[in-house]
Amino acid sequence: MTAVAAAASEVRRRGFVRRNPTLVLGVVLLGLIVLVALLAPWLAPDPADAGTATHPFQVLAHPSSAHPFGTDLVGRDLLTRVMYGARISLGIVIEVLAIAGLIGIPLGLIAGYFGGHVDQVVMRITDVFLAFPALLLSLAIAFVLTPSVQNMTIAIAVTWWPWYTRLVRGEAASIATRPYIESCRTLGVSSPRILLRHVLPNSITPVLVQMSMDAGGILLTAASISFLGLGAQDPTPEWGLIVSQGAQYFSTQWWFVTFAGLAILFTAIAFNLIGDGVRELLDPKRVISR
Amino acid sequence: MIRYAAERLALGVLVVVGVVVLTFLIARVIPGDPAVTYAGPRASKAQLEQTRRQLGLNQPVIEQLGNYLKGIASGDWGTSYHTKRPVLSDLRTALPASIELVTAGLFLALLVGLPLGLVSARFKGRLPDVLIRIASVIGVSMPVFWAALILQLVFAQRLGWLPAAGEYDPNLYYTSPLTSYVQMPTVDALITGNLPVLKSSISHLILPAVVVALYPAGLLARMVRASVLDTLGESHIRMTRSLGFGDRAIYTRWALRPAINPVVQVTALVFAYSLANTFLVEAVFDWPGLGSYAANSLQALDTPAIVGVTLIVAIVYVVLNLLVDIAQAAIDPRIRLR
Repeated sequence: MTAVAAAASEVRRRGFVRRNPTLVLGVVLLGLIVLVALLAPWLAPDPADAGTATHPFQVLAHPSSAHPFGTDLVGRDLLTRVMYGARISLGIVIEVLAIAGLIGIPLGLIAGYFGGHVDQVVMRITDVFLAFPALLLSLAIAFVLTPSVQNMTIAIAVTWWPWYTRLVRGEAASIATRPYIESCRTLGVSSPRILLRHVLPNSITPVLVQMSMDAGGILLTAASISFLGLGAQDPTPEWGLIVSQGAQYFSTQWWFVTFAGLAILFTAIAFNLIGDGVRELLDPKRVISR
Repeated sequence: MIRYAAERLALGVLVVVGVVVLTFLIARVIPGDPAVTYAGPRASKAQLEQTRRQLGLNQPVIEQLGNYLKGIASGDWGTSYHTKRPVLSDLRTALPASIELVTAGLFLALLVGLPLGLVSARFKGRLPDVLIRIASVIGVSMPVFWAALILQLVFAQRLGWLPAAGEYDPNLYYTSPLTSYVQMPTVDALITGNLPVLKSSISHLILPAVVVALYPAGLLARMVRASVLDTLGESHIRMTRSLGFGDRAIYTRWALRPAINPVVQVTALVFAYSLANTFLVEAVFDWPGLGSYAANSLQALDTPAIVGVTLIVAIVYVVLNLLVDIAQAAIDPRIRLR
């Protein structure tokens, strides 16, 4: 019996992998990156190089067995810095999604559920925010704040919430007219309780899908802002910053720019594969055609 | 239809006002003391005081906002610190170069993205589809500034196939001077029949345009694939299939047309997105557009210039969206009734 069950679950598992290759590939890739981020202090050749350490005698060294990714302009090991960079980038993505969700979802719920003037005001505000390309608005906000990872995170989150407000608002507005919500109201259930217990759980799925699709964009936005000098500042091993530090040495010291950029590219690919996979997985059309 | 257009226009004007208010908040309210941001971190106390008076920071915020709105509306966008010229006239010289670059990039993206999306949908699940999907995921995941550096190193510096930076060969300033009408070298050279400049400017345009095209090409390929597959699943396609029409007729006559509308919309959206992305591309290729202007302004802590760039891109975006909305309503009457 257990053998049969195990075999059945094995078949089901393989079926899942075959049906969702993008999702599985993305999760594996991101899993590796998360692992590197978590284990950086043990994996990195020289953890002190993630900070302010300097090694004047090994400045801009070629990739070698001691420094597989070479060293930067103060002699810090670039493999170490790229590994620690994963912590920073993943942290930014998670924080931006959390803050944008915390602002965007409640506003969308309220606008969609209550409608009327509240809805109008909230939606016109989102219109204004959505009139800017995200990179531009977060750049402008980061520009007036002191450049740091934290302020950059805030700047990106402030530009990102309206997308979620829009999505949740649409869902909440359609749910608000359903009979079960009306019966809740007739029974005297309070509005906050209806919103939290009934509207929220039924309108959250598209937001989660959207968030998984946005992660790659957030990562690229953060790297771009740091590349332009308005995000992470020097000792911080942020990938975009490393690329910008290496840009002027690029024609002679190719490794400086190359590996940090590859790290950004692969992490963005992992996020985008997961986003695509999640959307496919939850796409209702696919369930029917299966 | 006219009513729909008027409604959209009114909404667009409202959004532009909101956009101006938001930039006001960014420039004057978010920073603890805007005078410090304006005068620079090394300004003396007396300079700060003077800046404060100059900016009208001693007035109530509402009054400041009123003056700011009036200034923007009457074309007074402030004076740039690093060029010492009115921001609006700086933007007027920088914007055409960026529009030239982005248009070239989007043209490339459409040229590559549309056919790839179609092929991908046609061979769904087979090898061409898998390869195209991998390529398009790479396209949308590419950090543009990094791609710009790599392409510049490989194709300009190492292989020497294409020029590394600039709009066209500066030697041509003397041998075949270009009369400028629209501040876009390729277009100007085409109008005036200046062949040496045309050749040089096109070769200078290729690398940055390819970098600008990466994201939109990936996005369009994915969009077209999804949209064609959606259409193929609909009953009218099954109907035509059962009537015995072949693949070719189905793709060219029925599956493509409904897929066009979302493509038009995405192209307009991605135009503004790419205009912001040129911040990263132009600085690398020394392209004298909005992006280079913005990058220099960032370094110079030039707030009026940054606010100006932010405003102009947002306004271009709102206007484009408005045009797309109206065009789509004209094509598809269902949109008007929504």
